[in-house]
Amino acid sequence: MQRNVLQLFYLASAILFVLGLRGLSHPKTARRGMFLAELGMLLAIIGTLLHHEIIDYRWIVLGLVIGTAIGAPLAIWIPMTAVPQRTALSHSFGALAAALIGISEYLRHGAALGSGKVGLIGIEVMLGSLTFTGSLMAAGKLQGLIRGFPVTYRGQNVSNISLLAGMLALIVALMFQPAASTLFFALLALAFLFGVLLILPIGAADMPVVIALLNSYGGLTDAAMGFMLDNKIQIITGSLDGSSGFILSILMCRAMNRSMTNVLFGAFGKVQEQPAALAAAAGKSIRQVSIDEAAEILGTTRSIVFVPGYGMAVSQAQHRVRELADALKGKGAAIRYGIHAVAGRMPGHMNVLLAEANVPYDELYDMDQINSYFPETDVVVVVGANDVVNPAAKRVRASPIFGMPILEVERARIVIVCKRSLAPGFAGIDNELYYNDNTLMLFGDAKDTMVKLATALKQ
Amino acid sequence: MIDIGLIGDLYVFVLAGFLGYQVISRVSPLLHTPLMSATNAISGISLVGSLVVAGAGYDKISTLLGFFAVVASTINVVGGFLITDRILKMFRRASPATVGGPGPEHPTVSR
Repeated sequence: MQRNVLQLFYLASAILFVLGLRGLSHPKTARRGMFLAELGMLLAIIGTLLHHEIIDYRWIVLGLVIGTAIGAPLAIWIPMTAVPQRTALSHSFGALAAALIGISEYLRHGAALGSGKVGLIGIEVMLGSLTFTGSLMAAGKLQGLIRGFPVTYRGQNVSNISLLAGMLALIVALMFQPAASTLFFALLALAFLFGVLLILPIGAADMPVVIALLNSYGGLTDAAMGFMLDNKIQIITGSLDGSSGFILSILMCRAMNRSMTNVLFGAFGKVQEQPAALAAAAGKSIRQVSIDEAAEILGTTRSIVFVPGYGMAVSQAQHRVRELADALKGKGAAIRYGIHAVAGRMPGHMNVLLAEANVPYDELYDMDQINSYFPETDVVVVVGANDVVNPAAKRVRASPIFGMPILEVERARIVIVCKRSLAPGFAGIDNELYYNDNTLMLFGDAKDTMVKLATALKQ
Repeated sequence: MIDIGLIGDLYVFVLAGFLGYQVISRVSPLLHTPLMSATNAISGISLVGSLVVAGAGYDKISTLLGFFAVVASTINVVGGFLITDRILKMFRRASPATVGGPGPEHPTVSR
């Protein structure tokens, strides 16, 4: 196909991608938007298949078939709780593709590329390789194949920063010596290593930021590939993807009141000393309730807010939560869900799980919307959330989560906390909410508790 | 070292970044997970570069690397769009009768 005609195909795809992403501003238009994006992708692929340089379709068809055979089942059958690791895994695939093409370009043209192009390839291969191994690490941690605990050692930040400097130096050296393939492969090896080392010190609770950040790196890799091949559709898509990941990671950081540097280099949740103010709370006692007592309180209330956390995802309790909510609605209560941006393991994780359990999206409220409503709320039921409802974030200056915006559940009349035990959350800190006078502790597995509560209500 | 083509590409990159910022900022927080899977799917556009390398018959190594790149990007395109649709299908509105009582404003949904 003529190069100019192909570019028109790509232009149409770019427009359709932007329209598709715009559709996501509302659940009502989202599916139509994605249809447009799919159409854009189809156009780009068809246009490319007619590219004049393509002479042999055997490997292409085989690749498309195998890719579909792996991608489709991965999308259709995985449980919604596993969406974070699937997302991380797909970041790694995208980065791998870009890195492979970068390698092939370098091997094929070598020194003939000139220093500018070699510099671009260097950047592309570096970003692609580190995103590949970094995303694999993140997926491994999320899936539980690798321990989610942060791994730290002395001089970690210094060694990581010097590794980064080393890679940049190699790229510069390559620009002066484009023929020196040893430099190229050294860069490749360092980038693979760097991806692993970058994710090692990051704990499971920080995954929402990391996934978003890897998304952004993936986008930049794509854009770099576009620069290298002088292909505008890839530059546009990479840039869109990169800014999306960037915005999400900023939002996640803000929701934890932490800087990006702190997430990447802070090794959150590793060793936290118990702040003195909270240790005092340990002297206070908690008030425990039984299932029947809790059911009685819930059965006679008008407005109830559920606050889900990662604990709900772990015990797969979202369907049981919705069944309990249905039972309560039957008794005339208004039900809402308060969702913190970093509850769960990726941006929007809780929304997806609740939507899966048939909770209508107009019952889902984000933090700013629900916080002003807590004073008028009769009962808040906290299911598997901990740090995002810890009032220490507002009051205790010494607390590691001080300054983090939280769901102010303690302002409701009664707070019922469903929890396995008194063990601290991922930040490793005690929660003074549990010792408040209006807090009732309901110990047990989240799923179990929800089922028992619903049964008790029906009696 | 910096030619006109590269400058043109830079224009596109920067302007697309601004456009992306505007569009993505308006995405409802409800849909941040499908946003990620959708950008995953779209980033599978690296498929177009991979297709050429896999099919142009440059040499054995290029073809092989291109082939693996086609596999990896296809996983993202197919898997990304399928799971995005699967997620978006789950988001539904309540029938008006089931939403009871006065509540907070809901800008995310009413916008």
